[in-house]
Amino acid sequence: MSVHEQDEQVPEPLDSADVPESDTWELRLYVAGQTGRSIAALANLKRICEVHLQGKYRIEVVDLLVHPQLASGDQIVAIPTLVRKLPHPVRKVIGDLSSEERTLVGLQLRPAR
Amino acid sequence: MSTPAHSDGSLPKAMTGIQGLDEITHGGLPRGRPTLVAGSAGCGKTLLATEFLVRGATQFGEPGVYMSFEETAPELAQNARSLGFDLDGLVRDRKISIDFVRVERNEIEETGEYDLEGLFVRLGHAIDTIGAKRVVLDTIETLFGGLQNAGILRAELRRLFRWLKDRGVTTVITGERGDGQITRHGLEEYVSDCVIVLDHRAREEVSTRRLRILKYRGTTHGTNEYPFTIDAHGITVLPITSVGLTHDASDERIDTGVPRLDTMLGGGVYRGSTLLISGTAGTGKTSLAAHFADATCRRGERCLYMALEESERQLVRNMRSIGLDLDKWVTHGLLRFDASRPTAFGLEVHLTNLHQRVIEFDPQMVIMDPISSYIRAGSDLASESMLMRIIDFLKSRQVTAVFTSLTHAGADAEGAGAGVSSLIDTWMLLRDIELGGERNRGMYVLKSRGTAHSNQIREFLLTDRGIALQDVYVGPQGVLTGSMRMAQEAREEATALQRNEEIGRRRREIESRRQALEAQIAMQRREFERDVEELEALIRQDQGAVERAGRDRLNMARSRRADASGKPAATPSNGNETVGKRRRS
Repeated sequence: MSVHEQDEQVPEPLDSADVPESDTWELRLYVAGQTGRSIAALANLKRICEVHLQGKYRIEVVDLLVHPQLASGDQIVAIPTLVRKLPHPVRKVIGDLSSEERTLVGLQLRPAR
Repeated sequence: MSTPAHSDGSLPKAMTGIQGLDEITHGGLPRGRPTLVAGSAGCGKTLLATEFLVRGATQFGEPGVYMSFEETAPELAQNARSLGFDLDGLVRDRKISIDFVRVERNEIEETGEYDLEGLFVRLGHAIDTIGAKRVVLDTIETLFGGLQNAGILRAELRRLFRWLKDRGVTTVITGERGDGQITRHGLEEYVSDCVIVLDHRAREEVSTRRLRILKYRGTTHGTNEYPFTIDAHGITVLPITSVGLTHDASDERIDTGVPRLDTMLGGGVYRGSTLLISGTAGTGKTSLAAHFADATCRRGERCLYMALEESERQLVRNMRSIGLDLDKWVTHGLLRFDASRPTAFGLEVHLTNLHQRVIEFDPQMVIMDPISSYIRAGSDLASESMLMRIIDFLKSRQVTAVFTSLTHAGADAEGAGAGVSSLIDTWMLLRDIELGGERNRGMYVLKSRGTAHSNQIREFLLTDRGIALQDVYVGPQGVLTGSMRMAQEAREEATALQRNEEIGRRRREIESRRQALEAQIAMQRREFERDVEELEALIRQDQGAVERAGRDRLNMARSRRADASGKPAATPSNGNETVGKRRRS
């Protein structure tokens, strides 16, 4: 199902919308095949996580060409789509994540300006 | 191209199964291609798309994918239930697959390049799972609200429609009506094969749904706006000629309830024919229609009376005044009224209502009084095609239809109802004849298909024993009716009387002359006989005188000469000669 599997944890619901405090960030990246855009997105994501969420994140990559039935669960339309499964609420960032700034805003690691 | 044209060059089509739509598209939507269904909110796009899928799955063995961008699967199923479709069951049987696509703009951040492959994957997966031949995208334009990069969206939509064509699925794409263009985001740019526009607009406070095929590449199609209805059986588009003219024509004649009218129509009207009674206000249209109803019930048949301007009670009361007891038939269950104002609903609701009532009650005659109310309620074309639909429907059931139509004074009486006149088999026209300070009712048969009908105008009288038709007088001053007719009748009677008297007088005169003549003849005859008698008397006298003279001579001779030898022979001979001479003279 996914490329990177890590331990499941029950998430703590978050009240703060700005920079949520959580032990584990569960991130899921939806791609469709090994396209340049997918590879770029995954590379960008890893880099951002290493900088901002070191040690408390988990990335799961879902290839919809392999598992098309998974697309509807997270309401995936655009590819690539990064879904923040945890902490709640669900957030999505679509695109190749080439802008670190906007990715951080999307993940609510930085307040939107 | 994934869907090559047929060898005869015609475009392959996929039947929608939607009543009337396949007729106006001449066989359905372009097979294997996308069709855009555009319309404003609440005009029935989703229902049309749903029915397209459901009919495809149930009637044509073509499973379908419903990709909804606005309504969730339970909501869709609930809507479909209102059309009598069991969407849940079809989903269970894997004949229909529903995918609800939701894009929440406020939980999405966009950064960098992306495409809509996720949508393609979902659609492709759904199509493959059930082997779908049909796809509905309802309403894909919602994506424009969820995603910011319109440039990417447009490019991806173009790719999507191309992809759908390549997959060979027949697709219905719905789009919200936009200002100045067919859809808000210009979807028509990408869907070039077939564009259908739905409309739900209120005209004079009555809303009517309409459908129009804006474009259908490579095929002929109806270009009008067609009204359509949505009821418990789905969508019904009302094309001008939907049923085709295949209904039976009965030779049976039924009476109209007015004996002289039967005569005028050559023995009544054909069963299953369509009758129009038109006329200005107060010319007796309803009264005549009520006679038809009465006659129908009298035959033991059922009659449905759609009263569009009067209530049942009012009608019954008014008809009692001309000696028609309609209540009796209502009690017997032979007559049923349905009174509703045409303006209360849209045309399609009335049509549906009529359909249901006819199917329920199964009448032999349907009266709609008056249809002009419908024409007021909808546009000419809408009401016209609705009437056509009604007529086709009633004809197919061999139901005799009687319509009344109000025409306005001053307007061309024969022009009224021109829109439907070609649909009418027998058209009776009631009109006012104003003459000599009076207003009277006249009636004639404008046309009656298949009958040698009278061409005469009759005076139409409403008596307390029903309608009576009278001859009218046509003279140099025109048609005479009412008291002028009666005066004319009196005059003619007087003239006839006069003539009779004259003849009598002349006859008596001749008789007396004959008697005089005969008397004269008798007199002359008597004179003549008298003459003859006289003559004979004379002759007798004469003879007597001669004999006497002879005797006298003899006596004288005897007295003179006693010895006379007695040879008197010479003497009588003289006497004889004398007599002979007299006779000759």
